[in-house]
Amino acid sequence: MADDAIRCDACPVLCYIKPGRTGSCDRYANADGQLVRLDPHVLLERAVSRGDTVVPFLEKSREWDGALVSGEETFVTAIGAGTTYPDYKPAPFIISSEIAGVDMVTVVTEGIFSYCGVKLKIDTDRHLGAECSTVLAQGEAVGHVTTNEYGSQMLSLGGVRHLTGGSRHEGTATCDTLLNLCNGKAVELKIENGATIIVQANHAPIVGGVQEERMRVGCGSATIGMFAKQWFGKVDEVVVVDDHITGVLSEHQAGKLLGVPESGITMKGRRSTPGRYFRVAEPGTSWGGTNIADPLSILGPFDREVARPGLRLLMVSTTGEHYAYFELDDALHPVERELPDALRESVARIRENCEPALCTVLFMGGAGGSLRAGVTENPVKLTHSVRDALTRVTCGGAPVYVWPGGGITIMADVSRMPENAFGYVPTPALVAPIEFTLTLSDYATLGGYMDHVRPLSSINRDEESRRRLAARPDNPWPLASEKGGK
Amino acid sequence: MNRRAQIRMLTDGRRLHMQDGPIDVIVEAFGKAGEIDLAYRAAAARFVGILDELCGELEFLRRPACTDGNLPSGAIARRMLAAVRPYAAQTFITPMAAVAGAVAEEILEAMTSTATLLRAYVNDGGDIAFHLQPRETFIVGMVERPDRASLFGTTTIQSGDPIRGIATSGWRGRSFSLGIADAVTVLADTAAMADAAATLVANAVDLPGHPSVGRVPACELAPDSDLGERLVTQSVGELTPGEIGDALEAGGRIAEALCGSGLIRAAALNLQGETRVIGAGWSQLVEISVCDRSMVHA
Repeated sequence: MADDAIRCDACPVLCYIKPGRTGSCDRYANADGQLVRLDPHVLLERAVSRGDTVVPFLEKSREWDGALVSGEETFVTAIGAGTTYPDYKPAPFIISSEIAGVDMVTVVTEGIFSYCGVKLKIDTDRHLGAECSTVLAQGEAVGHVTTNEYGSQMLSLGGVRHLTGGSRHEGTATCDTLLNLCNGKAVELKIENGATIIVQANHAPIVGGVQEERMRVGCGSATIGMFAKQWFGKVDEVVVVDDHITGVLSEHQAGKLLGVPESGITMKGRRSTPGRYFRVAEPGTSWGGTNIADPLSILGPFDREVARPGLRLLMVSTTGEHYAYFELDDALHPVERELPDALRESVARIRENCEPALCTVLFMGGAGGSLRAGVTENPVKLTHSVRDALTRVTCGGAPVYVWPGGGITIMADVSRMPENAFGYVPTPALVAPIEFTLTLSDYATLGGYMDHVRPLSSINRDEESRRRLAARPDNPWPLASEKGGK
Repeated sequence: MNRRAQIRMLTDGRRLHMQDGPIDVIVEAFGKAGEIDLAYRAAAARFVGILDELCGELEFLRRPACTDGNLPSGAIARRMLAAVRPYAAQTFITPMAAVAGAVAEEILEAMTSTATLLRAYVNDGGDIAFHLQPRETFIVGMVERPDRASLFGTTTIQSGDPIRGIATSGWRGRSFSLGIADAVTVLADTAAMADAAATLVANAVDLPGHPSVGRVPACELAPDSDLGERLVTQSVGELTPGEIGDALEAGGRIAEALCGSGLIRAAALNLQGETRVIGAGWSQLVEISVCDRSMVHA
């Protein structure tokens, strides 16, 4: 028998379970040699830390019994609330509980979102592809490249056009990509005429097979500004190579203030303002997000009137990942030399100031449609109530940003939601949990289904079919009263 | 007394949930309140001890089904063997292929022999035995992939149909599969028959040797699997429409043969979004639809 398997003695089947596998019941698993219990429905338990969860089991048939509990210390998420098999009877679940003297109501449902997608923020300097380029997954168009933010490339994936407007395969590939990203799984994306990347929420992006480690400290010009003082006196010229804005110390305002003399350097690219150059090379996945392998390729010849033999030149990328040190020979040609210790420290400092590169995933969806009818007979009142901050919206217990303007368009950080919070329907569309919490009196005012409200006391909190999770300490407690009032 | 078994009413007050080890069943009976109560008590009484009964003969049940007349002692084990025996001469199959259906049948029989019920079902992890009095019907939803709860269609079973069992099998499901079907749902006269047949039809939906199908010896995943070193499917890459058609065709041929011999009545085979329905005279029972009507749409 395999020696890394463990014997489960929870029942007479006595399964041998390999690491990372479950026993025949799917309830007990071998997690790194430990026998653990698993359960699929999610309750957020208010507790001091994220942690172990474990309670009675969930029925394997993924039944939902229509019950949900909510209380001051327990908040019921919509995850798993709306999908049942075989009799498929989802309904908004409405539960009241007294919170700090106010009767609160939480309406829990899983919404089907055709109007939804994810916004990806990929911390990288490397060129992933031109703005507006199509992003492909499984060979299908699932989104596009949007703006470059400070140190990050943004992608917009999904949306109703990819989900429903193209071929069946395009819709399925889009839905699958969104589902995996929202559930925290890794996804490979190919950008048209650009890089192939592997992205996963809260993990470092992998660009062209290389894992990104650092997010740049700033653009080339900003890097000059930050480190000019530390270079002063130790080197005569510094070029911070950046696909967007390459900085040159002696010409930069920061260098001028310190009295750094002219070096006679000449740069390729287009000078924007003194010491700041645009487009010194083509975008790529090398030095500072350019395509260059040899940093000298972005320099012109040194000015013979100004430059002098022995001039010390440091070239470095915005993450400190690439660097090279040169001295001018008698013919004023830069000759590479070993980086002096005094400069080694400043390159390390650039690296140190770079935050770990991450990919972050925001789910974005519109809950302004018929989903509201499950909450109230007069749907627009729910919209107004959310707008007036009388109703709090959460996704799987995680806070959401409600976009201003009409409708209920929300954004939520998927990494603040419990694992596997999302599902799908073959339409195709994403199934996402969404909860509306408001006071009982406000619920009555907006035309809520008062006869469906169930008091917490009527529900057995130990009922099976739900998973209890400790609430994340970085999420506001969904039932807590708003600080500073409404 | 078996203290592992958990038996309780779900909070809807209608359905009974029983679980012991890997056995997990949902029971619902329809009829007079007193009869339902009787039926649930009978179900619970029969349920306790089932796992021990099966585990007592587990070694026998994990071996290829024999046709030599050796019978296991337990009633459920005998149902299992009877359900797989028609296939034993032609193919590798162990009685475990019918365990879920056989358990469902046994519990259903305990209920219907004790109480008078209009309708009842016992759902053992998706393998379902049901009882229908004249003029009663059941509507059953079918999932496209057992690991994701979304329906692709429904089937309506009427009391006049011979069908009293439904089972689903596929590589994404709880048990290992030798094939690549996402889900094969089978309608048969009993739940154990449906269970065994669903396993075989799902195994037959296959593209042998296809490079994008990931297969691993069963014993590497579960050292005590009854499938031993047989390769079980762990991943299926994207297939071309032609390949999907070929694989469904292979499974469909087996399903048609089983329909012809009366071992099953109908089957719905799913692979990467494509569905094939088999079953002369009974295929109209399976209604395929993109079905999200009961969920609220954002």
